Amino acid sequence: MKGIGASPGIAIAKAFVIKHEEIKVNTDKIDDIQNELDRLADALEKSKDQLKKIHEQAVIELGDEEARIFAAHLMVLDDPEYVGQIQEAIKNQSISADNGIKQITDMFVGIFESMDDEYMKERAADIKDVGGRLIRNSLGIKDQDLGAINEDSIIIAYDLTPSDTATMNKQKVLGFATDIGGRTSHTAIMARSLEIPAVLGLKNVTHDTKDGDIVIVDGIDGVVVVNPDEKTMDEYLTKKSEYEAFVKELAQLKDLPAVTLDGHEVELVGNIGTPKDVEGVLRNGGTGVGLYRTEFLYMDSDKMPDEEKQFKAYKEVLESMDGHPVIIRTLDIGGDKKLPYLQLDEEMNPFLGLRAVRLCFVEKNLFKTQLRAILRAGVYGNAHIMFPMISNVTEVKQAKAILEECKEELRNENISFDENIKVGIMVEIPSAAVTADIIASEVDFFSIGTNDLCQYALAVDRMNETVSYLYQPLTPAILRLVKMVIDASHDVEGKFTGMCGELAGDPRAALILLGLGLDEFSMSASSVPQIKKIIRSVNFKDAQEIAKKALGLSTEEEVLAMVGEELEKLDIKLI
Amino acid sequence: MFSKEVTILNATGLHARPASMFVQEAGKYKSEINVIKDGKKINAKSIMGIMAGGISKDTVVTVEADGEDEEQAVNALVELIESKFGEE
Repeated sequence: MKGIGASPGIAIAKAFVIKHEEIKVNTDKIDDIQNELDRLADALEKSKDQLKKIHEQAVIELGDEEARIFAAHLMVLDDPEYVGQIQEAIKNQSISADNGIKQITDMFVGIFESMDDEYMKERAADIKDVGGRLIRNSLGIKDQDLGAINEDSIIIAYDLTPSDTATMNKQKVLGFATDIGGRTSHTAIMARSLEIPAVLGLKNVTHDTKDGDIVIVDGIDGVVVVNPDEKTMDEYLTKKSEYEAFVKELAQLKDLPAVTLDGHEVELVGNIGTPKDVEGVLRNGGTGVGLYRTEFLYMDSDKMPDEEKQFKAYKEVLESMDGHPVIIRTLDIGGDKKLPYLQLDEEMNPFLGLRAVRLCFVEKNLFKTQLRAILRAGVYGNAHIMFPMISNVTEVKQAKAILEECKEELRNENISFDENIKVGIMVEIPSAAVTADIIASEVDFFSIGTNDLCQYALAVDRMNETVSYLYQPLTPAILRLVKMVIDASHDVEGKFTGMCGELAGDPRAALILLGLGLDEFSMSASSVPQIKKIIRSVNFKDAQEIAKKALGLSTEEEVLAMVGEELEKLDIKLI
Repeated sequence: MFSKEVTILNATGLHARPASMFVQEAGKYKSEINVIKDGKKINAKSIMGIMAGGISKDTVVTVEADGEDEEQAVNALVELIESKFGEE
């Protein structure tokens, strides 16, 4: 069975199937209304007792944050409107307690689900979970006791509710397989935090699996096998031990530097969007932040974030990175990214239009607010400012002049800030790459944004399926641009070049980028260990040879084939 | 019975965090408290009622209370709405 691999790893164990059977409520007219009201009161009491226990357990096992959802469930059971309306329904319509609960729950779920608001839709799921519990209690239907699972099991379910994951015996649960859900569902998040494999969205796994069946969950490739034959079993046992060895090896690399066998060291750092992401960077051994996308500060808000709010976010990141460099990219909005409170004209070619730093020059106050916030936060760590969408040296000078204005203002206001903050640009427009030698004297660093650089240099929209095959980041044209930028930065004392596009975390590109002399690789945190492993298993001079070879090839296909052979020679397996 | 009319000023309206702040504040008073929107009464102590009420920015509502502390209750809740729940 093929589904979505939502948490990596391989687990093999007996199936434990959670059956949430269809519950039928009693829809008859009822004479003894008082009896139904008493049943409702009993069900409320029982449900509250259960939730209090679940809440306590969740606080211990998952922490306050995760447990908060059960406190919210308890609030629903205490809600005068919810309970009041159920009582009214029972009295006015002479219906059973279970029927009343169902009607009122469905009504609220309907209201919340119809709202065009993610927050409200989540509340609908909570109310459904609570209402289901209340109905089961009113009918005396016992939940399957997931806490009593006492042998190693794979949980098979339609979907897992927060109540399910909170109560299950986590020592014995080795993996999840569910009918519905995707990478961002509750089940997926739980699986990753428990570090057990999960395959979701299998459609019929509850139907096709019985309690006690032997199940293989392969969260790497999103595959589930029920009652495998001996050959399949052997294959997966091998894959499982290989994966476990791989994970163990990567974990051992965490605190080691990204240094080649012959002593050439590079920085492996993380891309982040919010202060919360710093944790992942540190956990994976990242030694800095190579791209802090500040758009989220603006997009997750219904008004322009003020200087204070931005200052706090930047300060938080800088402090938690504890002196490691943090490259903060100024607002990159426009193109496909819009803000609800900033009116932008429709453009024929938004990707060639008023976006990023170009927009900031027009909305100068918005730009200055952000620069002031970054300058002030710089006092609390090692901040670097990076301007996106720079096409020529004049724009660099213009941006720096505005930065100087902000410094002057802060000086006059007697507010402390980082006087010597490092300034760099994102190289994503081909003209900037080609004139990197001209720009180099104006900046402290370059960071190559490969996603946009490819789009602009290759004139291809990779979201357009009819031309996306032309999106080839390892094609010699791009490699030559990358080389120009790196060389230009190294021609001037004390400057460096990083890369913060997807290519930086691509294991197939690592040897070439290393060989071209890239100083800093910035990627999603989870890619750091793998790239570090590659860098630690090679000589810098061999990587230089590989890069040279790549520059001499004619197509991306040839480059990929060559790199594949080299990785094999080094005996590096990629997962 | 004591009541006051007030316009919702904060961008989110009585949703999410502002809704729970409002309900928590209402819960501090003994009086029966309702929010009236378009002639419909919503129990001010019910988080689900308030959130389901769809009370968005610029809506005009009446806060009314009946009980021993009705005046304090209405004044405190109106003040909370006027403070934009700490949003700007």
